[in-house]
Amino acid sequence: MIFPSTPSQTVGPYYAIGLPWPAGPHAVPEGTPGAIRIRGSVYDGAGAPVPDHLIETWQADPDGRFADLHGHGGPSTLPGFRGFARCGHEGGDGTYEILTVKPGRVPGPGGAPQAPHIDVSLLARGLLHRCVTRIYFADEPAANAQDPLLARIPEERRATLLAQPTDDGYRFDIHLQGPEETVFFAV
Amino acid sequence: MTDPTAQPSGAPPRLWVPNADTPTSYQREDAAAHPPLDSPGYKSTQLRHPKQPLVYLPQTATEITGPQLGPERIAGELDHDLTRQHEGQPIGERIVIGGRVLDTEGKPLRDTLVEIWQANAAGRYRHRWDRWDAPLDPNFSGAGRCVTDAEGRFRFVTVKPGPYPWGNHHNAWRPAHVHFSLLGRAFAQRLVTQMYFPGDPWFPYDPIFNSVRDERARERMIARFSIDETVPGWAAAYEFDVHLRGPGALPFEEAH
Repeated sequence: MIFPSTPSQTVGPYYAIGLPWPAGPHAVPEGTPGAIRIRGSVYDGAGAPVPDHLIETWQADPDGRFADLHGHGGPSTLPGFRGFARCGHEGGDGTYEILTVKPGRVPGPGGAPQAPHIDVSLLARGLLHRCVTRIYFADEPAANAQDPLLARIPEERRATLLAQPTDDGYRFDIHLQGPEETVFFAV
Repeated sequence: MTDPTAQPSGAPPRLWVPNADTPTSYQREDAAAHPPLDSPGYKSTQLRHPKQPLVYLPQTATEITGPQLGPERIAGELDHDLTRQHEGQPIGERIVIGGRVLDTEGKPLRDTLVEIWQANAAGRYRHRWDRWDAPLDPNFSGAGRCVTDAEGRFRFVTVKPGPYPWGNHHNAWRPAHVHFSLLGRAFAQRLVTQMYFPGDPWFPYDPIFNSVRDERARERMIARFSIDETVPGWAAAYEFDVHLRGPGALPFEEAH
């Protein structure tokens, strides 16, 4: 390291004038076959919704391929796949919703396959640095049981990372503090 | 010379073929460079900072890849010029903010999206939750975007934002600042920060600026006035280089 990192600062309460855009919450275009909606709420330590949060997600497509600069493992063949979603509102109520597809499996440490997952960055007023978590899927018990990262997390806290199936996708709530505090990661 | 990406015969195909431009891991977060999430002087952190220790996440394919949002997010040729988004010019001191996005090894990051947003010259944001009694400017929205060039450069034209009061403590005012959002080239590099202006009298009193404990780290958030880049008869220039973490030593590094 020659130059130290520029420090992080909070996104503040007024990010909505610069960061969200109408298609931001869509990691895939509307109408994509197999598309799912992931919805949830973000709560503070008093159990109150965090209305000025911003969620960003990043994931592979169902074949385990990314829409990144370098075409990891070959470019995604899913039309319009962006793999990135950003959701935040000027008049937020603590909830978020993204449109995406369930990711496939990508290699983890040592090349062992990971369970399907979505990386999440959570930003908000009062967060001086983003919080990183991962969405795993409660209806993937076999893959989850073999996942090398989930295995590092105390069993009683693993459920905080499991999105629960709904009619048209999944529900994934985030608790910043409290008895249900979500597992957050150092990347 | 042996091709380092060549596969032994019979080996399974490799998913990730690195080249000089695609790091397979990044340095771990430099804790000393960033503010702690629990910063009592900034009251909103109280109910929002996670209390459990962070869990070590090895950097896998998901963390070393990232989106290229530029083409989708840039609205037009004037998206970097916050003074030309309306019929008239905004009130305030016209400035140019130029700089580069680099990694901690000094390597430029090209084709990466830089997004900014800010208050107007009176210190008021165009946001429904900003209730401070200072005027909105009909000619200023306060947001801009650009994508870095081959040398990692970006350039914005805007007006200098004003400081403004907030409710954190008695007589609390934020130093003038411009919010910066950087995607870098990988999920691991994502950074949101604020750019400050040299010599701001509010620095000693601001718990957000001072949440960064190290004085030299705080200085990295302060732009540099540049007489060389100042456009005669038109706009003062500030330079602000942003450093995102650079490549790590090992692919798919293991916990230690």
